[in-house]
Amino acid sequence: MMLRPRIIPSLLIHDKGLVKTVGFSSPKYVGDPINVVRIFNEKAVDELAVYDIDATVRGQEPDYRMLENLAVECRMPLCYGGGVKTVEQVKTIIGVGIEKVAISSAGIANPRLIADAAEAVGSQSVVVVLDVKPRPKSTVYEVFTHNATINTGRTMLEVAAESQKLGAGEIVVNAIERDGRMIGYDLELAGQISKATNVPVTILGGAGSLNHIEELIRNFGVIGAAAGSLFVFKGIYRAVLVNYPTSKERDRLLESLVHVA
Amino acid sequence: MITVVNYGLGNVQAFATLYRRMNIPANIATTASQLENTTKLILPGVGAFDHAMELLDASGMRSTLEELVLHRKVPVLGVCVGMQILAKSSEEGKLAGLGWIDGRVRRFDESTLPRPARLPHMGWNDVMPKNGAQLFNGFEQGCCFYFLHSYHFECASSDDVVAKSEYGMSFHCAVHSNNIYGVQFHPEKSHGYGMRLLKNFAEMQ
Repeated sequence: MMLRPRIIPSLLIHDKGLVKTVGFSSPKYVGDPINVVRIFNEKAVDELAVYDIDATVRGQEPDYRMLENLAVECRMPLCYGGGVKTVEQVKTIIGVGIEKVAISSAGIANPRLIADAAEAVGSQSVVVVLDVKPRPKSTVYEVFTHNATINTGRTMLEVAAESQKLGAGEIVVNAIERDGRMIGYDLELAGQISKATNVPVTILGGAGSLNHIEELIRNFGVIGAAAGSLFVFKGIYRAVLVNYPTSKERDRLLESLVHVA
Repeated sequence: MITVVNYGLGNVQAFATLYRRMNIPANIATTASQLENTTKLILPGVGAFDHAMELLDASGMRSTLEELVLHRKVPVLGVCVGMQILAKSSEEGKLAGLGWIDGRVRRFDESTLPRPARLPHMGWNDVMPKNGAQLFNGFEQGCCFYFLHSYHFECASSDDVVAKSEYGMSFHCAVHSNNIYGVQFHPEKSHGYGMRLLKNFAEMQ
């Protein structure tokens, strides 16, 4: 048999609660982090990612106590991102039982951090998250930081190549303009990053249905398909309902993979 | 009493929580004296090989663990890097491993990986146990676990291999020699399959 694509609920932490944004703003409360993790346990999700969207912009430390509580509760691998600036923080986060630490703005400003983190905890636990947006009328993607408010002026492919060379074990690209819009993944973006890398990649931003996930898997095979809104909202009024494909639905998604191979 | 060895790496609490949820007594040992009443040991770990060995050496528990495992034959289950350090050495590091199972840890060969070749090997993959392997009781219909690693165990003797998995090539993902067991994947993060495997380890005579 084979390695499966990963379908990853990606949750945002804001003021100690889980929220979902649209276009990186208007956070809507979706629930208590521990409760939501318990629901995802029951649904046997592949893995989970949580990003604290306050930590970097407010200059805060990661909330280690909350992370430890989440890690204990979580029966699937957990990735944490938000406000990670030093190797000491990376080690502390791994120490409380989180499997993967996501580095974003601090790693772009100071690439040495990625290398030092990989050296300290191993590449497999170091994830680089790039929030990206295409230049106007172009398919060149640029990297943004601080909740998409600061344009680094660097391209996604440049930063991705540098990150994996420094030892990142996974690259997550987040399509800023598709955040919360549920209109489908940016397949151009997924194609570019998939071709340019030799570490696992995960695409975030835009998934609005299982068909969108299927489309991603059909085109790119074993890839990480991450989504926020899709797994916390139901219906056109965006009522909060934590959900995840059933094992039957996941088997159907895998068929599209077999079809490719 | 199942004792999870806390030498500063890996999700010790997750193991203890899972066992307690299954009504199996479990505790966490951070010092040598806390290892005293153990009947089974879990040796977790994530991260780099040398980092794991350094922390284990610095924990003050290594000699007690060696006494328990090698002389008193207390069963031990190494997980992820906790499994890799059971080997004699690793291509990832310079330090010697515990050497409790004859083998070494090697990096995946990028030339054999499916295109595009991606490392680490990350995600859910099928595991194929050897017939009759106690650790995999109840998995006759097949099983699937979460992996996160770029290096894999290579046993010197095929007798010590209890399960294989495939990523570009077939590799040894579960090992067993006497009272010493190891799994490369993360049972504590593999939902029902993982709970079943941890229960099997707990119930083994």
